[in-house]
Amino acid sequence: MRWRRYGEDAALLECDSLEQMSAARAAVAAAELADVVELVPGARSLLIEVRPGSTVLDQVRVLLKSADLEHPPEGRPREIVLDVHYDGEDLELVAETAGISADEVVKLHTGARYTVAFTGFAPGFGYLTGLPEPLRQSRLDTPRTRVPSGSVGVAGEFTGVYPRSSPGGWRLLGHTDTVLFDARDERPSLLAPGDRVRFRAIR
Amino acid sequence: MRAVEIVSPGPSALVQDLGRPGHGHLGVPPSGALDVPALKLANRLVGNRESAAGIESLLGGLKVRAQSSCTVAVTGPLVQVMLDGRDVGSHAPVFLRQGQTLMLGTPTTGLRCYLAFSGGIDVDPELGSRSRDVLSEIGPPPLCAGEILPLGLSRGVPTGLDVLPTSPSPAELEVPILLGPRDDWFENLGALAGPWTVTAESNRVGVRLAGTALARTAEFAGRELPSEGLVTGAIQLPPSGLPVVFLADHPTTGGYPVSAVVRRTSLPAFAQARPGTIVRFHPSR
Repeated sequence: MRWRRYGEDAALLECDSLEQMSAARAAVAAAELADVVELVPGARSLLIEVRPGSTVLDQVRVLLKSADLEHPPEGRPREIVLDVHYDGEDLELVAETAGISADEVVKLHTGARYTVAFTGFAPGFGYLTGLPEPLRQSRLDTPRTRVPSGSVGVAGEFTGVYPRSSPGGWRLLGHTDTVLFDARDERPSLLAPGDRVRFRAIR
Repeated sequence: MRAVEIVSPGPSALVQDLGRPGHGHLGVPPSGALDVPALKLANRLVGNRESAAGIESLLGGLKVRAQSSCTVAVTGPLVQVMLDGRDVGSHAPVFLRQGQTLMLGTPTTGLRCYLAFSGGIDVDPELGSRSRDVLSEIGPPPLCAGEILPLGLSRGVPTGLDVLPTSPSPAELEVPILLGPRDDWFENLGALAGPWTVTAESNRVGVRLAGTALARTAEFAGRELPSEGLVTGAIQLPPSGLPVVFLADHPTTGGYPVSAVVRRTSLPAFAQARPGTIVRFHPSR
């Protein structure tokens, strides 16, 4: 684990693993420090941004030193089930690349339990880890200029759902009708870091 | 209802307040006025709280009509402000009677003018803010002709003043930066000093600079950075080696290394830096 300075009002905690990052995030969040403005998880890091002029970063650093990050607090993560029509444009390509049938791709994708590691790219876009090895495939060589909202895709070690239509290079397995993000809702984003997610196939 | 009508939005007119920080973990950028001191000043001039929503007008040309009487102030770069065809000047509170129109000229330096109305623009907030985020498309859409914007109740008293000094946006910016978190990725870090030139591909997401590209060290050449959080002012170096200085509508995470971060006090200057502006960075640790 390494603490890196990030401008005047932020620090980046580089972590050895996703688990360690999640534990660090939980530890800082639990302290409920009013001057911490943003707590943004990355794939292997945690960004801690504070109110300009605040000295709370020192406090966070001390807190993280004494926290037991190998044994994260158990907590009760939220469980979200997303219904998916597995009719994606790249389903056959993913099957072919993995050397299995399309049905087996669906079985693998629905059989796994995922965790929202971090977000980004678009509001409500969660990067989900826990993807079975055969489905870990590279992005498309040529990204699509428009991926429809609700598309479920895979890229590298992640799977995720496009909350709105946008350009994108993930391999698409299918789509969901569930709304992932609504800025006017009390809870705007369905997915937040730490949530557990499963996919369920529907016809 | 107190309200103001957009007669003509000019090149771009967006509702902005101080943004919606605190939602980065959901992928939502902070957004908000790029030139924060300018918006705060405009609000103070009309007797508002500094955090009230106003209009960020790119390169002027904005024309509004008062649907009810209100006090207005224009800040940012010095600009011609016409009240029913009479120049009343920027950086001062102006009283509009119902039906009167106010039109901004084109600023000769800088990019973004700020219009505050007594009571503030009272459209529905999203995630605690009325700011338009151009990256995420959250908040009120870009303003268009004929649109009616509701104003809140006016509570404060406009500031009385004689003259407010303004300074033109400089053609060359000297910008202090703090190195890190990923300065160790680059071979010729000295090249970060510049000079760089602001390009036309700049917007509320970030200012793109042209100049001598930075090269990665042998150790980091071709290495992929696992996505990590971004802050406003982060100087990111994509594979081209040409820096992007992220502004308020920046993505919340990114997969390219951030070599340094602009000091807070220099951020408003980037909000006003026209294409062609020369930028020199002064790094420290």
